[in-house]
Amino acid sequence: MARTLINLPKSIRRGETIEIQTLIAHPMETGYRPGSDGVVLARDLIRHFKCFFADESGQHLVFSAQLFSAISANPYLAFQLRATGNGTLTLVWEGDQGFRQTETVALKVLG
Amino acid sequence: MPPVAMTPSPFRPPHFAPGAPTRRQALAAGVGLGATLLVRPTAATQAELTQAMNAFAAGAKVQVGRVLLDVARLVDNGNSVPATVSVESPMSPGDHVTAIAIFNERNPQTEVASFELSPRSGVAKVSTRIRLVTTQQLVAMARMNDGSCWSHTIEVFVTLAACIETD
Repeated sequence: MARTLINLPKSIRRGETIEIQTLIAHPMETGYRPGSDGVVLARDLIRHFKCFFADESGQHLVFSAQLFSAISANPYLAFQLRATGNGTLTLVWEGDQGFRQTETVALKVLG
Repeated sequence: MPPVAMTPSPFRPPHFAPGAPTRRQALAAGVGLGATLLVRPTAATQAELTQAMNAFAAGAKVQVGRVLLDVARLVDNGNSVPATVSVESPMSPGDHVTAIAIFNERNPQTEVASFELSPRSGVAKVSTRIRLVTTQQLVAMARMNDGSCWSHTIEVFVTLAACIETD
């Protein structure tokens, strides 16, 4: 399991737009780069990222990203979400060589 | 005593035919050729950039404005360059950004990243960190729910390129 960092604001008011910051430990090997033996290293990228928000009305896809070789190692993504109420955020990273990681975070609003 | 006939340039040996490349020029050409051969197979071109932009626009006219691509104009380290795209939009169900994409001109691959947004986003703003192989143009594009397409093009100067180092 790759290490991930997911950062939400400490206190969230209902209806407020928040920034969700995510970071995952991953080499993001481009597939264009030769290794020390001169042979090109196999591509190993995170290709897709998705964020779902689930509350009593069901699960909604709120943000998705398609990543290419020009994304730095340990991909950082920050995006916005309107906090409509309490719920659960599910973050999914998928990539080459069968890479798949899922993390869940509770989203709690004040009042 | 009559003066000695001078060659056209005192720095050029007399056996050189006029118009023939000097040693200096020949060397420079050789270096240039080598660089071209090394870089060519893995560098996108302006044509590919235009093609990728048109593919994203899906037939809509690409207009300039509404999008802001925020990247440092002078990049010290191309391996990790913070990039933020924000789009002027109310993000209401009737008027919102559906997709944002970043393209580059000279990396091996034209696409950098693409993002899909919805009215739930609240604000059309996305940040990430990207790799840049050399000084080049970057384009951010946004597609609205009405199908219109907006863009912002910037030029960045890269001093230390990505993809050079091996571990």
